[in-house]
Amino acid sequence: MDSGDTTWILVSSALVLVMTPALAFFYGGMVRKKNILSTLNLSFIMMALISIQWLLYGYTLAFGSDVKGLIGGLEFLGFAGVGPETSDLAPTIPHMLFAAFQMMFAIITPALITGAFVERVRFKTFLVFSLLWATLVYDPVCHWVWGGGILGSDGLGALDFAGGTVVHITAGFSALAFALAIGPRKGFGKTSFEPSNIPYSVLGAGLLWMGWFGFNGGSALAADGLAVHALFTTNTAAAAAGLVWMILSWIDNKPSVLGIVTGAVVGLVAVTPGAGFVTPLGALLIGGLAAPISYYAIKFVKGRNLIDESLDVFACHGLGGLWGALATGLFATTAVNAGGANGLFYGNPGQFLSQLWAALIAIVVSVAVTYLLAKILDRLMGLRVSDSEEQVGLDISEHAERAYA
Amino acid sequence: MIKKIEAIIREEKLEDVKNALHEIGIVGMNVAEIRGHGRQGGITLTGRTGTYQVDMLPKTQLNIILSEHNVDKTVTTICEAASTGQEGDGIIFIYPVDDVVRIRTGESGKEALHYEGDIDTR
Repeated sequence: MDSGDTTWILVSSALVLVMTPALAFFYGGMVRKKNILSTLNLSFIMMALISIQWLLYGYTLAFGSDVKGLIGGLEFLGFAGVGPETSDLAPTIPHMLFAAFQMMFAIITPALITGAFVERVRFKTFLVFSLLWATLVYDPVCHWVWGGGILGSDGLGALDFAGGTVVHITAGFSALAFALAIGPRKGFGKTSFEPSNIPYSVLGAGLLWMGWFGFNGGSALAADGLAVHALFTTNTAAAAAGLVWMILSWIDNKPSVLGIVTGAVVGLVAVTPGAGFVTPLGALLIGGLAAPISYYAIKFVKGRNLIDESLDVFACHGLGGLWGALATGLFATTAVNAGGANGLFYGNPGQFLSQLWAALIAIVVSVAVTYLLAKILDRLMGLRVSDSEEQVGLDISEHAERAYA
Repeated sequence: MIKKIEAIIREEKLEDVKNALHEIGIVGMNVAEIRGHGRQGGITLTGRTGTYQVDMLPKTQLNIILSEHNVDKTVTTICEAASTGQEGDGIIFIYPVDDVVRIRTGESGKEALHYEGDIDTR
């Protein structure tokens, strides 16, 4: 047991937890006034729902002893044997701390998806969906990458330092599938849905940036040079992507503030899988190139009214995460992290292929399971509120509350 | 005759208009924040990517009740103070008012409109 490591992961757990309410504000600012509370709550409620799921069975499905590379065994059911002693999963900190730190990732991932169906989802159905999604998508994919399953070091050998595949690809591509299943908001393509509180989004993005130091820095699972390195690459990618997004927006009109903060978040997403494997200059390129990918993806989809991917979760997290996963296969170097691998640019094209395969498998599973789940729940419970409830707004129709008196 | 002047002006012109009205002796008025558009249609805003159109713009509505013979002077004053020469400067409506009742005193008609130093008492 190392008290320095334990301290840093305690702090990191708190930092990652705060990212969920930060995300709530990031999303909340972008919806219409009548749906702000509903949108904030879609993220916030995950802290309650997934905390219980993780304690009861989520953790053991993800990190229990490996069963055929597919799922964790059940020995940690109800946190049995998960206590103050260390474990093989993180040899210098209490097992319970490792499980708590991981819980924060399990919480924010389904919260990320909510940007796909804001302003129209039926809350009751959403709760059931999120619980099933955590169980059928997040826990298995987390196991595959970090729990000794088929995609990580015991399988394909894909690198994912802090959750590019586990968190952002699963959430981003699930968001796409859910948006297809639920359909567009009323008036989509005819009226512009003006964000009602961009300052909320700026606040949320700022807190996300800070929280990401725990997300990526904490993923070193130690208070060491690698944690510092991850913190620095994380900051660099956010900075680069924010600047590039500003320029792209400026070319189109004026430097949008919502655009700048979105760019920063996209940079954070993209550097997540590589934070502990790439150099700071590698992170600069990863962040700087992530911005145009997401920017033009949004412009393409929004410009043609192809799909009401309401808050651009697919474009930002799906594509940003995919680019990050692939870029890790390009820029990773063992000079940064001897426990990692070299990427294509360091003479190891095989790593790029590992990243690609792992990402594709995560994408296929996320899209297929999410679409099926959404369609089944639509039959059983109804995925969206009625037209009149949607017009009134979800704050009143789903919660009988209003954000502003 | 008692008249109501309803002036819809730019938000940022409220201070200028208020000061100009005080100078000619308008004491009482009330103001509402409204949204709308006239001939100019709306404005273009920057989104996350690209731009989008907004047609309902924030405007300020100024309500003044006064005697008919002071209407022209007041309207001219508002026009001068609120104008920029660009589209979106606003519009003024003038209505007849049937009666006025002051709640505290129960006075009605012109009596209810009298303020110390008001344009109508000059």
